[in-house]
Amino acid sequence: MKIFLTRLNACGFFAAAGFWSLVALYLIALCADLLIPYPYDLQMRDRAFHPPIRIHIMEKGQVRIPFVYQSTLIDPVGKKYQEDTSQRYPIRLFAQGVERKMFGFWKTDRYLFGVSEPAGIHLLGTDMYGRDIFSRIVCGGRISLSISLIGVILSFSFGMLTGGISGYFGGVIDQIMMRATEILMVFPSFYLMLSLRAIFPLSLSSVQIYLLIVVILSFIGWAGLARIIRGMVLSIREEEYVLAARSVGVSHWRILFFHILPNTFSYAITAVTLAVPGYIVGEAALSLLGIGIQEPYPSWGNILASTVGNLRILSDAPWMLLPGLAIFFVLVNFNLLGDALRSVFDPKNW
Amino acid sequence: MKRLIAKRLIHLLPVLLGMSLAAFFIIQAAPGDFFSQMALNPEISPETISLMKQEFGLDKPVAVQYLYWLKNLALGNLGISFSYHLPVTTLIRFRLLNTLSLAFFSMMLSWLIALPLGVFAGYRERSISDRLSSAFAYLSISMPSFFLALLCVYLASKTTFIPIGGTRSVFDIDAGLWSRFVDYFKHLLLPGLVLAFVNIGWLFRLMRNNFIEAYGSPYIRAAWAKGLPVPQIIFRHAFKNALNPMFTILGLEIGSLLNGAALVEIVTNWPGMGSLMLDAVLSQDLYLVMGSLIIGGVLLIAGNLIGDLLLMANDPRIRLS
Repeated sequence: MKIFLTRLNACGFFAAAGFWSLVALYLIALCADLLIPYPYDLQMRDRAFHPPIRIHIMEKGQVRIPFVYQSTLIDPVGKKYQEDTSQRYPIRLFAQGVERKMFGFWKTDRYLFGVSEPAGIHLLGTDMYGRDIFSRIVCGGRISLSISLIGVILSFSFGMLTGGISGYFGGVIDQIMMRATEILMVFPSFYLMLSLRAIFPLSLSSVQIYLLIVVILSFIGWAGLARIIRGMVLSIREEEYVLAARSVGVSHWRILFFHILPNTFSYAITAVTLAVPGYIVGEAALSLLGIGIQEPYPSWGNILASTVGNLRILSDAPWMLLPGLAIFFVLVNFNLLGDALRSVFDPKNW
Repeated sequence: MKRLIAKRLIHLLPVLLGMSLAAFFIIQAAPGDFFSQMALNPEISPETISLMKQEFGLDKPVAVQYLYWLKNLALGNLGISFSYHLPVTTLIRFRLLNTLSLAFFSMMLSWLIALPLGVFAGYRERSISDRLSSAFAYLSISMPSFFLALLCVYLASKTTFIPIGGTRSVFDIDAGLWSRFVDYFKHLLLPGLVLAFVNIGWLFRLMRNNFIEAYGSPYIRAAWAKGLPVPQIIFRHAFKNALNPMFTILGLEIGSLLNGAALVEIVTNWPGMGSLMLDAVLSQDLYLVMGSLIIGGVLLIAGNLIGDLLLMANDPRIRLS
């Protein structure tokens, strides 16, 4: 781990920045419940399409604890809000709010930060039901980031297993596997994703949908890796240490799992890192089209969903596009980290 | 050369067959008998249903059904769409034209920008302009196409420079051919630019790396030693060799463009294959899903074939072997 970090730092500022940003993002997603100012599904109908709140620190030339004003709806049709500057609502730590269950079991009415009613602290605005976008993005990150990670791990374990078996044993298994991957790769993956989704009913429970997306994404993803791992195993199989292991009586499976496959790890880890963006986009795309994660559960894709084909929402409430920025940020970091890993694992750079 | 193409085409047959089998079984696995659903629909006459049942042999076992479907596929009949009440082939023909023009436009644009930029950045490796264009490539690779499309729709809605959605404006149905073309092109601009932007990044990186590799080869040093003029070394020797891997990419590109285009089409409301496919999935319009899947696969295979042919045209070593 220490060697890894030194090498990563040697790859330059951006590589390290990518790595640490991802660590931070996953930590945020992990303790999402601690950070949000409102439950992600709390509807405040009187505050629909509230723009991102302005946080003030000055009043009448005096510096104050950061505070917000209460804003009132002055135009219910055009969703225009006006600040009522008669009273300040300072931002409090561990503020009291609606009671909720943190992490699913811990009942509490405290939030890391907040303001007292009737003011609201909507850092990134609210959606059409008056739900806090900031809370939804933070909680949505939990789903978007975990789906992509689980999906990638699943498809890569399967890809390495099938690629390894078919490269090491060859013969009929190899033929069948390779024809299967060929057929899978002939379909444009987006079309395949949609038609695989069509096999299952459109309305499922949220857990079922979560699992379904994981399975669909990994089903599409494993073929490419299996083919590359197969190629690598084909050449590693001929190495002399494999022959040596064989001559002292090591079994085929042990050779495959302990002598050959570990040699493909450095490639696989890089490939995993560069594959995660595809899974994140895949989940977001399914949710964006309304056939992925369903309301009221937030995911980065389904927050964006309400803007698709709805010019009014798009032009009146552009802050609804912010989850896209979150996706972009994660993708940049994964690409930076993937490129860095490629040069870390490249023997030419040692 | 002709024999090589013929050989490739023959090799494709089992893949196509396997593909159709896979598509068929994906559809068979879908729940619900769609004929019972159709029977509930007063718009569809019982005659249509019995005709379709006969045509596709749907009262027979699954294996026979597949053969019927294959026979219809070979005759160019992909069945009838339940929700549009039109033959799937008619539906796909219109949508395919839109998707292909979108894909062609964005492909031309992205290649015309990415290749020269790649050569330029590769020639001046590690210079400021190289770093800047690499940073731009990062931006382009990491940008989710649907997000960029939404952003562009937002900007377009604020400025009204370019139209959003559809393929033509409402008012000029009777306009001349040229103004109709211009109108179509204007509508194509938004999805086309978005798709081109997200496509440039990885093409640029590939081209740059290929060029750097080709430029470092001994034959380039030989060319310098001969005293050839610089443009000739760059374009005739380095560029032409760096281009070879790109032709393989061109083949794969068609597939990735279909994927990318689908999402952008849906978000920008461009009536192409992507939105057709989504509609089909949402309304469980099974023959339409199957037809789109097959057409998508065929396009991908065709793309690979074109890539191979171009590679053969550019590289005499492959032609001879």
